Amino acid sequence: MPDDIRALSAQLAQDPQSLVFLRLAELLRQKRQLDAALRVAISGLERHPHLADAHDLYARVLADKHDYERAFDEWDMALRIAPNHTGALKGLAFLYFKVGDVAQARAHLETALRVDPDDVTITQALEMVQQGVPDEGLDAGPATPAEAPASAAEVAPLEDARVFAGLEGAEEGLLLLDPAGRVLGGALKDRHGTDVTDAVAAYLAGVSQEAARTAKLLGLGNWTGLAAEGGEGNVFLKQPSPEAMLLVVRERGVPMGRLAVIANRAAQAASRWLERQV
Amino acid sequence: MTTAYSQALDRVTRVRGVRGAMLVAGDDGLVIAEQLMEGIKGSAVAALASSLATRLRRAMAAAGVGNSLFWHLQCDKGALLVVFSGSGVLVVAVAEADVNVGLVRLELLRAAEAVG
Repeated sequence: MPDDIRALSAQLAQDPQSLVFLRLAELLRQKRQLDAALRVAISGLERHPHLADAHDLYARVLADKHDYERAFDEWDMALRIAPNHTGALKGLAFLYFKVGDVAQARAHLETALRVDPDDVTITQALEMVQQGVPDEGLDAGPATPAEAPASAAEVAPLEDARVFAGLEGAEEGLLLLDPAGRVLGGALKDRHGTDVTDAVAAYLAGVSQEAARTAKLLGLGNWTGLAAEGGEGNVFLKQPSPEAMLLVVRERGVPMGRLAVIANRAAQAASRWLERQV
Repeated sequence: MTTAYSQALDRVTRVRGVRGAMLVAGDDGLVIAEQLMEGIKGSAVAALASSLATRLRRAMAAAGVGNSLFWHLQCDKGALLVVFSGSGVLVVAVAEADVNVGLVRLELLRAAEAVG
């Protein structure tokens, strides 16, 4: 395999526009040389931004690095370019299953199966989803010896007790509050690692009612989200239910649009968790 | 209304989908200048926007994300967009739901710069 990597690297060096970067990055990914795979994938994507396979590849590397938010964006992009891309459909199914959205996971896998009925990996993944096998059994990409699917018994079940179980950075930058500013789940730390959960919760008490009053006064209907830019970070507020408010905090480098996507997914997870508490 | 304030608000209300704009004193929530469509209660909106801004500013400071620069209240039927000027004045826009948020933000920032 190292010879293959060397040969493909040489080929790519000779012709940087070639699509050989797809094979090279995939090989590196399978060898768990993830940083190198990432570099090759990004470089390829820069040259071929409209190639769905390039987005799919980049997403798989990101998923291997547990950067699920960006992986989601890349698979989403791959599907926008090629709506029947089975790799992207499988990838998104993997991520949906990871956050406990079995219905979406199944829907994506069923679409993939309609596109490629002979792909046994899709059939297997669909069976796992239907049987409720934990997410580690679903692979985001072609299996390698190091990451062969574990048996259900070997893998811990999805932890339902945590609000944001399955979401990347589950206990960081996500905070679920009741209208009085009491913490329901999640936690916040500032840049110095100090826990600021209670202080932020206290200041946010009443924001939901005030936002509702403002929207009503202006005849704008119900408020659906509140995005705010800070000098060193961005925040997004949502209401997963009338009795709860969700705060998502990310560094300034995360664009507002992506922050909104993250907040939507976290709100869905929070909503499901709140329903289970009844 | 002074020409400078009027010009600053003009820039914002010229954006398609913006129903009105106003300058609000951040500390007491009083209206400094306004260009609003009929039916919008400027003084009440100013008070609520200022109060919301204060809560957000404190929460964001506590969260360690720095001073609040811009916020956007998204609603079913429209939006409220606010930028903080250096002198503590809030530049507020009331807009339709399908407004170009990026453009309004840009004009709000320019207006904030103009009012100081």
